[in-house]
Amino acid sequence: MSELEMTEPAATVTETARRVQARLAARYAAEKRFRLYGIAAIGLALFMLVALFGSIIGRGWSAFGQTMLTLEVTLDPAVIDPDGRREPSALASADYQGLIKTALGTLFPEVTDRQQRRQLFELASSGASFRLRDLVVETPALIGSTVTVRVPARDTVDQYVKGHILASTPESARRISDRQIAWVESLREKGLLERRFNTILFTAGDSREPELAGLWAAVSGSFFVMVVTLALSFPTGVAAAVYLEEFAPKNRLTDIIEVNINNLAAVPSVVFGLLGLSLFLGWFGLPRSSPLVGGLVLALIILPTIIIAGRAALTAVPPSIREAALGIGASRMQTVTHHVLPLAMPGILTGTIIGMARALGESAPLLMIGMVAFVVDVPRTPLDPATVLPVQIYLWADSAERAFVERTSAAIMVLLVFLIAMNALAVLLRRKFERRW
Amino acid sequence: MVIAMSADMNNGMNTGKPTRTTGRPLLDPGKAKMSSRGLNVHYGSKQAIRNVDLDIGRNEVTAIIGPSGCGKSTYLRCLNRMNDTIDICRVSGEITLDGENIHDPRLDVVQLRARVGMVFQKPNPFPKSIFENVAYGPRIHGLADSREDLEEIVITSLEKAGLLDEVKDRMNAPGTSLSGGQQQRLCIARAIAVSPEVILMDEPCSALDPIATARIEELIDELRANYTIVIVTHSMQQAGRVSQRTAFFHLGDLIECGETEQIFTTPRNKLTQGYITGRFG
Repeated sequence: MSELEMTEPAATVTETARRVQARLAARYAAEKRFRLYGIAAIGLALFMLVALFGSIIGRGWSAFGQTMLTLEVTLDPAVIDPDGRREPSALASADYQGLIKTALGTLFPEVTDRQQRRQLFELASSGASFRLRDLVVETPALIGSTVTVRVPARDTVDQYVKGHILASTPESARRISDRQIAWVESLREKGLLERRFNTILFTAGDSREPELAGLWAAVSGSFFVMVVTLALSFPTGVAAAVYLEEFAPKNRLTDIIEVNINNLAAVPSVVFGLLGLSLFLGWFGLPRSSPLVGGLVLALIILPTIIIAGRAALTAVPPSIREAALGIGASRMQTVTHHVLPLAMPGILTGTIIGMARALGESAPLLMIGMVAFVVDVPRTPLDPATVLPVQIYLWADSAERAFVERTSAAIMVLLVFLIAMNALAVLLRRKFERRW
Repeated sequence: MVIAMSADMNNGMNTGKPTRTTGRPLLDPGKAKMSSRGLNVHYGSKQAIRNVDLDIGRNEVTAIIGPSGCGKSTYLRCLNRMNDTIDICRVSGEITLDGENIHDPRLDVVQLRARVGMVFQKPNPFPKSIFENVAYGPRIHGLADSREDLEEIVITSLEKAGLLDEVKDRMNAPGTSLSGGQQQRLCIARAIAVSPEVILMDEPCSALDPIATARIEELIDELRANYTIVIVTHSMQQAGRVSQRTAFFHLGDLIECGETEQIFTTPRNKLTQGYITGRFG
């Protein structure tokens, strides 16, 4: 059309102008419509994002606080160390639960009934005795004195204090009794009950008791898994991408390989989990639930992503750079390692980090290889049983206690922080390594 | 400006038989630095070069001219086996450098490219510093024994390429920060740094303005004393200014070859005449 107009003599300009004018309004309307669609799409996406973050943060922020109970505990030598020899084994196995109970009992001397006393003892977490034990084992000199300790309150107390359990709910429908509520209120008045930052969430492993459950085992598990995944998939993926893009002959075989790599990228991750189960656990006999196996499986999952991103980045390097290097007598290997690969690195790194972020969020394949186990101990090596953040979220989301609801959201927030950090790293690396040519 | 070619021109190039070259494509024995005999190049099923016999004279500038798609660049790229990198490209026939067959398995392609350097159409400096750009070749070939040696090579190369005065204060600036003409001279310096015997130039001025072009042309004339130069160009004036011999390619055939002056004043072939007088191309 435009070519025609250009070759037409100037006499028809008025006719052209008339025709252009006639369609002008429609053109601008179309443009305006398109912009509106775009704004609407972005608005919808933002709304969803805000809704997601709002619901997660709204539910989860309270998990970062934990109700703590301040108790005056008399470290009675007759209970802790009847022999008086201060043997560590004796100190470690003493009846600290009893000491906590005594301490609680002295706060409410009027409670004498056996059943009521049991309810009273339920105000402190069962983990309180471990705190006391650690304190005594660390400094045995304290035995015989009275110490003030701050121990976590039981999850029901915590939830009541946070307002997640309401006193207006019928007693039979809540897990904290009217009597316990009365004690909690009285403790509050005395200033013995307060909310503090929940350090347990970031230092402990999983637990059946919500107030003792932490993410650290899952975070370390995720860390080991990521290390194994990165160590395996990055070199393998880059080597495969470089070979396919720079060295492999373009023939039927490489076409088939390319199609298969693209297909692998779309295979559901749970299938890789089954593969890992039969191959790494069944055949190679690697330890079950270990980050090593999890890392192997996730490496397989993100390998296609890295290869595809790597190849795209390598293709984007202008051929003139290759010619320049080859033209002065660089070998193909030198051309790739000195020039092409450094220029492709930002793209490869971005692809890798996106792949790693995906691996960090994977749970299905890890369920298949036993990483869904209840892990209390923080893993120290990639061979120890471990779980990962998304699986921990899955486990907590499945737990019945009210206190796990907020902890699930808190775990999601921690995972999101890691993901955002990784994506930010991708952007930073890109900026740092990007070079003009 | 497309003017229909006369019928006999069309017929001349569509026959499968190679056209016999007019003029003197071959030189007296001993005067040739590089020679091709019976050179054929195919891209897949398409033939790009047909049976070309041509000698490249020692220490002179040979210009290759012809309309787009005539195989000039393909021919040039055969001389240092750059076509090896194209999967579908097949080269047959013989090319010699100082009497040595460059396709001989005993002659390594890396060695060949160190002896036959190349400057490309679009300036393509590495995205590294000016110094590193020039130092790269000597470094990978191990031409410098020390840092001082290397610096000397870089300085002399930049000087020969006529770029030293403009860049001596900013050797660590990126090569890509230079202007187009400076970049192209940097690429020439980079090629010279390896001390090649032959320099191939593929339309080195097509992306440059007339002033930068003039600088490069001057440079080519100076370099002739020490190097054998083959230059592909679209500009007939340029071929006339810088070259001693000119080869005219048309649709894969070497149509005519001879002294530049003779080609431009008294072309013997009708096709050559048509091209240099601007009747087609």
